[in-house]
Order: sequence, then C-alpha cells, then structure tokens
Amino acid sequence: MRTALVGQRIDVAAIVAEVTAPENGAVSLFLGTVRNVNDGRAVDGIEYNAYAPMAEREMAAIAREASERFGTPHIVIEHRTGYLPLGEASVAIAVAHARRANAMDGARWIIEQLKARVPIWKLEHYTDGTREWVEHGKGQGVRRGRGREQGVGRERERERERERGVLDAPESSDA
Amino acid sequence: MITVDVLLFASYADSAGATSVRVSVADDAHVSDVVQAVRVAKPSVTLPARPLVAVNHRYAAADATVAAGDEVALIPPVAGG
Repeated sequence: MRTALVGQRIDVAAIVAEVTAPENGAVSLFLGTVRNVNDGRAVDGIEYNAYAPMAEREMAAIAREASERFGTPHIVIEHRTGYLPLGEASVAIAVAHARRANAMDGARWIIEQLKARVPIWKLEHYTDGTREWVEHGKGQGVRRGRGREQGVGRERERERERERGVLDAPESSDA
Repeated sequence: MITVDVLLFASYADSAGATSVRVSVADDAHVSDVVQAVRVAKPSVTLPARPLVAVNHRYAAADATVAAGDEVALIPPVAGG
C-alpha cells in the first residue's frame, strides 16, 4: 500500500507493476486526466494545489480504509500537483485483488472518497486567458478572487451522503 | 488569549489576499470563533456560512476547541481527482 502527492509525471506502468502479485487475478487502474472543456469553456490546463500534509494524511487513510473494505493490501494512489497540460494524468489509482469485483469496486470507491475528502484544489486555465477555481460537485467554478460559494458546504454534505449510499463495500462475491 | 495562525487556500486565499492570517482568540475558543476572527481580520475573505475547517490536519466540527500551537486551516470545497 502506498500513497503520494507527486510533482512529476505519473509513471503508470510502474504503479501497475507495484500492485501486481501472483495471487492477484485482477488489477484495476483508474486515471483521472485533464479534459479540454468544462462547463462549456475551453480549457488549456489545470493547476493543482494541495494542503500537502493533510492531503497525504487523507490519502493514506483512504488507502487503509479501502484495504479493509475490499480485502487487499495491493493499493497505490498518486496525485499530481502543479500545472498539468491537457491529457496528462492528475491522479492514478491501482487496486489488485484475487477477484475483479473487489479490484474494480475498490478503485471506484477510492476515487469517490478522494474527490470528497482530500484537500486538493484545481485552478482551471481557459483558452481565453482567464482562470477559475473549480468546486467539486457544484457544476461551476468560482471566479478567481471573487468567490461565491454560499451553501456549497451543504451541497457537499449531500453529495457525500449520495456517495456513501452508492458505494457501500461489496459483499465477498465471486469475480 | 491565544494566537493562532490560520491557513487559507484556493478561492479563500485569493479573496483574503493572503495564504495565512494570524488571529487572537480566547483560551477556550472554538473553531467557529477562529472562523469569525478570520472574517474580522480579513474582511475581503469570501467564506460560506460554515466553512470546513481542519485542526492539525483533521476535519474539525464548529464546536471543537482550539489550543495554542494548533495548525488550523480553512478548507474550500475540495476538487481533487
């Protein structure tokens, strides 16, 4: 099990190799990548900013919780910080297990937890030269320097409840 | 009174014009008192009614107490991934 905030390009092959083991019949890999449009606005790239000590602590906690829920120690989570151009991976999650259901459900659960809990923010750079902080789950950004985030705390709570409901730990089903 | 340095990030840091702010609060202050002190110290900061707060790298309730030396951070809605 390993988690990290990283300042350089994520080495996906290395992460897959890290979770691969003879007892595992499945490796699930999730990559989050920088998309060229958000809310109809053309995006050039995204700058990721983290509260590093807390982000690392939360990522480690999520990996431990996932290990218990999905029954595998073979988990790696890496998240990039700094400026990323289009197409680059901002986050990589690899989960390996004897069975595919646990590997796939584990990776899904981890990314949803990460998006809800880990203190990382993204400043989108648009092709028109403007920038905005993105607020997860709100569907629109906050214009830099002119926040309007009233009520998002409640929205975030509702979202976390939805995620908990959808993403309960799996039964020990066969893959 | 105790002195607490409060860390600000993303849109909160931009609206405050600072990445941290030093505030003085009562010895038995709660998280909510620290948030109120930040509003007073940085009137331009744009915060929701009840922003998320972390104390020593853990999410903390509004009624949690804050002690001298604690690392307090106001956490804007997170957007990792």
